[in-house]
Amino acid sequence: MGTTKVIVGLGSCGIAAGAGKVYEKIRAVKEAENLDFKLSKTSCVGMCYREPLVEIIDDSGQYLYGEINEEKIVDIMNTHIVNNNPLKEYLVYTDLYDTPDKKFFESQVKIALRNCGMIDPENIKEYESRGGYSALKNIVSEDISSQEIIREVLNSGLRGRGGGGFLTGMKWKFTSNNQSSEKYVVCNADEGDPGAFMDRSLLEGDPHSVLEGMIIAAIAVGASEGVIYCRAEYPLALKRLDIAIRDARENGYLGTDILGKQGFNFDINIKEGAGAFVCGEETALIASVEGERGMPRRRPPFPAQSGLWKKPTNINNVETYANIPWIMQNGADEYSKHGTEKSKGTKVFALAGKIRHGGLVEVPMGVSIKDIVYKLGGGIPHDRSFKAVQLGGPSGGCIPAYLSDTLVDYESVNATGAIMGSGGLVVMDESTCMVDIARFFLDFTRKESCGKCTFCRIGTKRMLEILVRITEGEGEDGDIGKLEELAYQIKDSSLCGLGQTAPNPVLTTIKYFRAEYEAHIEQKKCPSKVCKKLITYEVNDHTCTGCTVCARNCPVNAISGERKKVHFIDQDICIRCGICYNKCKFDAIMLS
Amino acid sequence: MRVERIKRKRCDLPSEKIADISLLDSIIEKYNGKRGIMIPVLQETQAAYGYIPREAFEILSEKLGLKLNDMYGVATFYAQFRLAPVGKHIIKVCHGTACHVQNAGTITDALTEALKIEDGETTGDRLFTLESVACLGCCSLAPVMMISNETYGKLTGKEAVKVIKEIKLKESEFSI
Repeated sequence: MGTTKVIVGLGSCGIAAGAGKVYEKIRAVKEAENLDFKLSKTSCVGMCYREPLVEIIDDSGQYLYGEINEEKIVDIMNTHIVNNNPLKEYLVYTDLYDTPDKKFFESQVKIALRNCGMIDPENIKEYESRGGYSALKNIVSEDISSQEIIREVLNSGLRGRGGGGFLTGMKWKFTSNNQSSEKYVVCNADEGDPGAFMDRSLLEGDPHSVLEGMIIAAIAVGASEGVIYCRAEYPLALKRLDIAIRDARENGYLGTDILGKQGFNFDINIKEGAGAFVCGEETALIASVEGERGMPRRRPPFPAQSGLWKKPTNINNVETYANIPWIMQNGADEYSKHGTEKSKGTKVFALAGKIRHGGLVEVPMGVSIKDIVYKLGGGIPHDRSFKAVQLGGPSGGCIPAYLSDTLVDYESVNATGAIMGSGGLVVMDESTCMVDIARFFLDFTRKESCGKCTFCRIGTKRMLEILVRITEGEGEDGDIGKLEELAYQIKDSSLCGLGQTAPNPVLTTIKYFRAEYEAHIEQKKCPSKVCKKLITYEVNDHTCTGCTVCARNCPVNAISGERKKVHFIDQDICIRCGICYNKCKFDAIMLS
Repeated sequence: MRVERIKRKRCDLPSEKIADISLLDSIIEKYNGKRGIMIPVLQETQAAYGYIPREAFEILSEKLGLKLNDMYGVATFYAQFRLAPVGKHIIKVCHGTACHVQNAGTITDALTEALKIEDGETTGDRLFTLESVACLGCCSLAPVMMISNETYGKLTGKEAVKVIKEIKLKESEFSI
């Protein structure tokens, strides 16, 4: 019994689902009943749809319990820990036999996420026990030169995981070639794409792998100072990074004469972002670290020549750095075994939207969208039909279901008009209106445009105005043409990635869902019944049983009616939220 | 467009004196003479007062040698900074992609209705401020809102209103 371990998943989404309370409950029961096991915490294993998760490892094997609450955990502790009898009812995964959720793990290859959900992210010893910092130690003890490191990273074929897809080794080479006594290594953790949470999970789950990647980059490019630019909206990630940096300093991985190597000095500081999407763009990020408005600068000069404080700077994304220690430890060949000819290795995706198994997955490049949605994601809930996936956030586009055989690698995704982006993958079903989605993204990019380039500043506003008109039933002939014209002008005349890609959601939805635009403009109808001005909710006199569920759930009290009598919706009060439609058990609310 | 942020904030810029100027001392001491301090200085000022008071701008500008117009430019550029006092509880309703397709709009609608304030405003009793945010990163629990670092997932409008009512109840018990 002494070897039994109970591990609670305490990532942001786990905590939001109630994992904190479960952890406290376990601790209380453990103390009250004087049970003998080791209680520890970890972060996200990626199975967000089953949160909160509790893992029990004992002599017989590994058991992962899902959707746990304070009552269920008492049950589990009684049967599993006290009576040594795993409780199959709540089990979602075990290494001993098949469970329905086994598929979720099967087609994954975990490299960047290798430690997420496996270790306590606040304990450096646990990172070390899984081979952490051994890549760095090896580089220092074997005296591996910066040229050799860069060659290895180049050979691995690793490309920037933040969305650009530029060869990481190439970036390092440029920064390394620029002579300067002062150089910087920057980690871009300003994960601003709505719908993406890969970097948050990585920082929360395995902060040391990012630090180790940055330290190795510092050796390769010859930098002595590092900066992590992290969103302020990620308080837990910031806290764990802080702990990780402190522990790394104490253990001699950061500071002066690192690991006893004379003259190898490198330290990392955290800069908190202040809420501006454009700061994910590298030159805007640099401006922000320097304390200015986060406005992009013209390139060239590239950061590798003149970046932070006008010194050569290497900027990579969180996931890119997390891959580095693995590559140095296992070799470039091992890494490039995965993936396609031009897109090597694995990619982490954040699965969300209308999907059964939302969460974090890491798959080899070149897997098809269909496999991600159905094999890993478990398909679409409520038996609705799969309509599209949105890849790449506000800079990306929607790939329709009929192209779901598209392989996920940089070139194939770009060919559809979307982009790989940082890995947010939002699934949409028949109840999602594509015009509304285009409007949503344009609203986002318009608000986030820094205002420097005229076409991005005003063009996105004009596009949004047209889209709002269309979704409100005021669309006119020629609107689609105007949208396309503006889109190409914005793409051509913007300085940074934000403007160059902002029209992508509109262009891809026009390309693949033109009929939906036409239905809004010509027939003033929203085929997916989303656009509020184009729909009304009414009660069906024949099927309404007068159960009062709709009236009780209406947030604005627009529904009236006595028990067991037909109800009535006051159209003047109704905000068309659709709650009555979803709550009615008798299909008595009609949408027209 | 970020210009919109300025317009909205300028009109309700309060000129009231701040209660405790000494909170700025440690910030001034910590950052004096360093470079790239603008954003952390403003962040810590906001952490101390809940917003950045006009008076704080003036004091910091004088003591740290930062230009007032640069400070104002930065404070209005980033979404995080507030130039007016906020409610005790800030309700951040997520409007990221995943939340949007899962009907985040109804959460905001229900809350504006229940609190009788518009998005971005503060209630008369200064208990709640309602904000829409881009993404809280809990996409698989969509739709999500966050109140004082506590996250509530898989919400409906009704449930969101219930959470608010519970907080209100707790607050009134507190004051008795």
